[in-house]
Amino acid sequence: MYKPVRIVAFLLVILGLVLAPVWLNQGRVAAVPAPSLDTQAINALEERQCVESAAYMRAEHMLLLDSWRTAVVRDGATTYTSSAGRVYAMSLEDSCLGCHDNRAEFCDSCHAYVAAEPNCWSCHNGEEGVTGR
Amino acid sequence: MSELRRTQKDIKGTYVTKGTVPFVTYVPFMSLERREFIRQGFAAGLLGLGALGSLGALGTLVGCSKVAAPAATAPAATTATAAPAAPAAQRWGLVIDPALLVKTQAFNAVAQACHSHHNVPQISDPKTEVKWIWQDDFAHCFEEMDSAYLPAALRELQFPVLCNHCENPVCVRVCPTQATFKRDDGIVDMDYHRCIGCRFCMTSCPYGARSLNFCDPQPYIAQVDPGYPTRMRGVVEKCNFCVERLAQGLPPHCVEASQGAILYGDLDDPASEVRQALAGSLSIRRRPELGTEPSVYYLLRGAESPTDAPKGGEPHA
Repeated sequence: MYKPVRIVAFLLVILGLVLAPVWLNQGRVAAVPAPSLDTQAINALEERQCVESAAYMRAEHMLLLDSWRTAVVRDGATTYTSSAGRVYAMSLEDSCLGCHDNRAEFCDSCHAYVAAEPNCWSCHNGEEGVTGR
Repeated sequence: MSELRRTQKDIKGTYVTKGTVPFVTYVPFMSLERREFIRQGFAAGLLGLGALGSLGALGTLVGCSKVAAPAATAPAATTATAAPAAPAAQRWGLVIDPALLVKTQAFNAVAQACHSHHNVPQISDPKTEVKWIWQDDFAHCFEEMDSAYLPAALRELQFPVLCNHCENPVCVRVCPTQATFKRDDGIVDMDYHRCIGCRFCMTSCPYGARSLNFCDPQPYIAQVDPGYPTRMRGVVEKCNFCVERLAQGLPPHCVEASQGAILYGDLDDPASEVRQALAGSLSIRRRPELGTEPSVYYLLRGAESPTDAPKGGEPHA
């Protein structure tokens, strides 16, 4: 049975539902995240330098952490020599979160912006400040 | 009639022939061959590109290999020079003197140290409990050696039991994700990140040394120790021989808390403390007949003798 009015009407309803998020969020701009480096440990550093360059860490910290994980858990390695020749303990809790102990202002600010939900903290949640609880 | 019968027979015969030859034998054979061919193609490709790929993988993903290259190669470089302070061993092992442990009443301290430092949840329900080290009697630990006429002292002696860090670990063989693996130094370790909670390892372990987190373990941890990660629901865990302590050159927690009743060392080194202890006394292992070659030994330094027994010293009637 051909009922053009109904079909077109329901198509419009469906189109409206599909496009509703675009329409509702129009003009609303999420604030670009500004991860905070203002922690006691970082301020106390003589040279404010992460294990690798900021650009590399920003883009590839997940790959670095993944390689650390494999190296520590499976190969029993403990130290990481950076491209600058500095040696760090390969530890999320001690090395990474030791400086970046402001999870909400540092980690979560970007992760929330890009809708990434890493499950690191479901297990690596030892210290109260890091858990964000 | 005869014509009709012959026709049916012919139709049937034709059908069977068509069915068996092209669809039952020929096609699967061909598809297996194709799979094998594709597998071999992949293997050859991986072999050929393996070295290049492993070096350039990070760089390619990064899009600026100048930055990524040192990061990609550095872990490999550190692996060789890792843990200079940590004592190396060919095969780590434990030697437990259960009678001494009972005498010093140190077991609770041992279990407490192990469980609290590794954030093991304390769940009271025995069906869902999580444990890395616990105690049981001779009949349960050494079932195949049990008899009705055992010395009462031995029958009542409590043995601390834990993962045996087998030379031939069944759990490693059955793990579908390689979440559990045997390290070069003999320790059977877990990569909790990879565990999918299938419990094959729990089924296969002859010692019941593995526990699944049936529920979220966080509420059952009184005080989270920041020195070791916690676990999630659906992850299996067990004794890890304190690999995180060995890497720092420290003894395992159980050894430290046992007041000398638990020794650790290299089983392949004849001069090691564990080998000296094993050379001086009768020792038993749990279920050696299975061929798993446990690395945990139990000393029987006269524990079977009623006069020397620390607990239940009086012979029972």
